[in-house]
Amino acid sequence: MNIIGKKYWYFIISIIIIIPGLVSLYLYGLNLSIEFTGGSRLTLSFEKTVTDKQIQGIHDIFSEKKIKVATIEKSQQDVFIRTRPITQQEDQFLISDLKARVGSFKQSQYETVGPTIGGETLLNALKGLVIASVLVVLYITFSFRKVPKPTSSFRFGIAAVVALVHDVLVLIGLFSILGHFLGVEIDSLFVTAVLTVIGFSVHDTIVVFDRIRENLKKVGGADFEQTVNDSILQTLDRSFNTSLTVVLVLFALLLFGGETIRWFVVALLVGMISGTYSSIFNAAPILVVWQDLINKRRK
Amino acid sequence: MRKNPRYLLWLIIGLSVLAGFVNLPKIGNFNPNVVFEKLNIPKELTFRKGLDLEGGTSLILEADMSGISKAQKKSALDSAKVVIEKRVNLFGVSEPIVQTSVVNQDFRIIVELPGLTDTEKVRSLIGTTAQLTFWEQEASASAQTASPSAEQVGFKQTNLTGADIKQTSVSFDSNTGKPQVQLQFTSEGTKKFADVTKRNIGKPVAIVLDNQLIEQPTVQQAILTGDAVITGNFTVETANQLSTQLNAGALPVPLKILSSSVIAPTLGTASLEKSLFAGIVGFIIIIIFMCVLYGKLGVIASFALILYTLFNLAIFKLSSLTPYGITLTLSGIAGFILSIGMAVDANILIFERMKEELRAGKSTQTAIELGFSRAWSSIRDSNISTLITSFVLYSFGTGIVRGFALVLAIGVLVSMFSAIVVTRTFLRLVYK
Repeated sequence: MNIIGKKYWYFIISIIIIIPGLVSLYLYGLNLSIEFTGGSRLTLSFEKTVTDKQIQGIHDIFSEKKIKVATIEKSQQDVFIRTRPITQQEDQFLISDLKARVGSFKQSQYETVGPTIGGETLLNALKGLVIASVLVVLYITFSFRKVPKPTSSFRFGIAAVVALVHDVLVLIGLFSILGHFLGVEIDSLFVTAVLTVIGFSVHDTIVVFDRIRENLKKVGGADFEQTVNDSILQTLDRSFNTSLTVVLVLFALLLFGGETIRWFVVALLVGMISGTYSSIFNAAPILVVWQDLINKRRK
Repeated sequence: MRKNPRYLLWLIIGLSVLAGFVNLPKIGNFNPNVVFEKLNIPKELTFRKGLDLEGGTSLILEADMSGISKAQKKSALDSAKVVIEKRVNLFGVSEPIVQTSVVNQDFRIIVELPGLTDTEKVRSLIGTTAQLTFWEQEASASAQTASPSAEQVGFKQTNLTGADIKQTSVSFDSNTGKPQVQLQFTSEGTKKFADVTKRNIGKPVAIVLDNQLIEQPTVQQAILTGDAVITGNFTVETANQLSTQLNAGALPVPLKILSSSVIAPTLGTASLEKSLFAGIVGFIIIIIFMCVLYGKLGVIASFALILYTLFNLAIFKLSSLTPYGITLTLSGIAGFILSIGMAVDANILIFERMKEELRAGKSTQTAIELGFSRAWSSIRDSNISTLITSFVLYSFGTGIVRGFALVLAIGVLVSMFSAIVVTRTFLRLVYK
């Protein structure tokens, strides 16, 4: 099997997957949760399945109180409401009004986040992403410092980060689309998922790179392209099996893990698959493309 | 590195027995905590569950430091924390968390109250309540000065505050039978109170709680004993509440709620049950998958995986003895289930490597040793990079993110131990 020979095809596949997400990101942006924007989230658990009429009633009460509602969603007996930040006092009044007019329920969650906290959380998340990426490049550069010529450890680091950025773009793009059409929110769980995917992506990439390093030591760098291709093929079984186990576990979580972590698991699942793809079909081929460029310049 | 696998085997067995023992739940009369009592470890060994699993309230409060000089802000925040801790303890919440945090120029107190979901109660105990002040009439009643509320025009604040109170109690008015709050001032407060009453004989003194006028009695005579009574319009409950609040002390700075979250316990339990079930299903899938893929090797890896799970759970439980207890949250459990998947990866790496070496014509034993030594560099590098990300997650995340990062990091470390030591020892014994 010649993976490196078709490398541009694989790059094109990646681009085709990433572009719709980027377009959506440009058009619709991200559907940020109240953790980042500030606001309140109420969860009401009714005794019976919620009807559309009840939802309308909830809408009416909020508009009477002049509380701007971002979304109201229902799922069987539960209603999830997102609004501008409301105080606990306002919440008390609302709840008694709702109980009187819409029907009896229990308030199972009340969460409110001030805008300052929201901004901070977002900033911290971004900082975390950048710092994690930089540290990973540094670590790979350090750990692969003894890699034989013709390549260099710095290139390994950059290639790993390109794969990582690929996975982050796939995820963020997908969630921009999901956010616009299905109302899926970007919350701190999503950020956690992204950071975990970064860890995984690099994890996968390193396994492939480690093999390249070993083979370069064995056969030298005369035919770099062939060496990289061999290394990918030798680690293919492992990459596939590992990804499959993790994907199976995530499927179990998706099916049985409940609503709260559903989109978190979806993010992990997509990131996992993307991470495996990018280590095999992006990270390693980038090393070859980079080497070709340098060779051409020398001639 | 060629140690006798016997010693390692005994080490593994020892650790497993210990971990198994730690993980045992209370069954009937048997309770593993008995041993800890004998060892004089005062705490009970339990999993610490986060608010999202147990239900409860979490609050982020911001202190309004506008009236405090720069040098005293930190100590004002600390004393506010002490007051809140006292109030929370009066409330009988088990294992509350009260922390201070200074972000840029914002002074905050973070409060977590497991099991408490009555927002009304939370607000009354942790809000900006119980700033008791006493006001007297200005010399010229027409002067417009700072006033606690609209009716207080013409009054100025005295130096007597809730901080001068030594003790409070609830009693009943002998005439009307209505509940009232009795105050006993400290010696300092007694002096101040005597001064205030001396100055204002025949004039009203306003008692103000949190900018609300409670009552405005007219002073009949100077009170030198340091006893006072507030006879506002109380019910037994509100009188008790005020008394409790005044006993705990007034907040040195006003606090406002920046963010709060209340989760019903039922929601938490449902989430816990679901994710545990998902974890068990995932675990079984992995074991079947490994056994199908790698046969005998897979069975060995599955044993290692069971031990991995035991060790991890034991660490979670034992951590509750240290100040750095691991709080299990929903995302933490997801992280743990995920780390099971990652723990398998090390085994897969090694087994694939062994297969290659076997194909190259090496003997089984050589293949085992080569499989481990050659797979080691990728296991090390990939796990270190995961540790780096979990470290970053931990330092920048809050709450749930931290729980996840910590669990992931511990999972990675334990998985390296289970792959390198446990699986290898088993293999060496089986293929001797």
